[in-house]
Amino acid sequence: MTSSDMDIDEGEDPSEFEGGAYWFRQGAKGAFCLPTLILMMAFVGFTSLAREVGLTLTEVLLMSLFMWALPSIVVLTGAMSAGAGLIPAAIAVALSAVRLMPMTVALMPVLRDEKRTKTWHMLIVSHFVAVTAWVFAMRNLPSMPRAARLPFFAGFGSTVHFVVLCSTALSYIVLPAVEGPIAAGLVLLTPIYFMFSMYQASRTSGDRAALILGLILGPVFYHFFPGADLLLTGFVGGTVAFAGWLFATRRAEL
Amino acid sequence: MSEVYGSWWWPYVMILVAGFLATECWRWIGVFASGKLREDSLLFAWVRAVATALIAGIIARLVLFPEGVLGDVPVWLRLAAVAGGVVGYKLLNDRLMAGIITAEFVLIGGWAFLI
Repeated sequence: MTSSDMDIDEGEDPSEFEGGAYWFRQGAKGAFCLPTLILMMAFVGFTSLAREVGLTLTEVLLMSLFMWALPSIVVLTGAMSAGAGLIPAAIAVALSAVRLMPMTVALMPVLRDEKRTKTWHMLIVSHFVAVTAWVFAMRNLPSMPRAARLPFFAGFGSTVHFVVLCSTALSYIVLPAVEGPIAAGLVLLTPIYFMFSMYQASRTSGDRAALILGLILGPVFYHFFPGADLLLTGFVGGTVAFAGWLFATRRAEL
Repeated sequence: MSEVYGSWWWPYVMILVAGFLATECWRWIGVFASGKLREDSLLFAWVRAVATALIAGIIARLVLFPEGVLGDVPVWLRLAAVAGGVVGYKLLNDRLMAGIITAEFVLIGGWAFLI
């Protein structure tokens, strides 16, 4: 869809459009990689859970399409199976999805091509912000020309999204209920994959410190302040890691 | 679940409001909040650190307090799987696949052995 957006918006500059379509295709090709495969497997784990609690195929696909963030999808599945009301469910999901905000804030300056990038383009591609695409983008986009980044990310994000929707539908229909150790293994895929890919995407020792602090503070805050634990982990862990990194690298200037 | 609230459209309202709006609004807020933030600024480095720590918090929660079938696995085995993954990752020169396979091997193998 974004390639046709490019057509309208940059029609006065055919070479730009060429570039956009080219980078969109490159992004789509880049989607056939290990992270996509792991995400597909993680969604297979989710379909198994969804069938267990009685979600229909349509509901599973709509959740995947509209939310596109597996931890939040799992939270909504839990709320729906527990018969939670609309507002409590919305609050629980919103709390689990807060992380998308700083992730988007951190990604946009990488994606943006000064004034050429329109806000509604950013709003559309922001839908693809989820851990897999975020990590991939933070690792690969900075080495690309600015004009290439938005179409590349749009191509990557939409292809991953499409492929995962297809595999999710297929696994819901075809696969028998996965049970026991294999099901547990599928559920473990998400955190393990998140951990290693976050580590690989880290640019500075500050990022790595934030990762380790978050791993330690997460359970502590979960114990003492359930509900607000993720926000606290992000702000406290991130700020301490950032301050430490700033102090370590700029000591001479301070 | 749909029988709880009766009507056929209730799950779709849930997905649209508690699902779509509750997640997508954060992405939109993020787009507007990013404003003129520059990639080489200190503010950007701080936001990235916050996002990273938040995701790390989710990772820890998914491993230590999981819902469903992973919760049936003893907590020491889950931690052993993560530790095994880190060792595998480091031994094979920071390869993502090595870490994932080692962790899965420890978890699935360990639990199959226990049962």
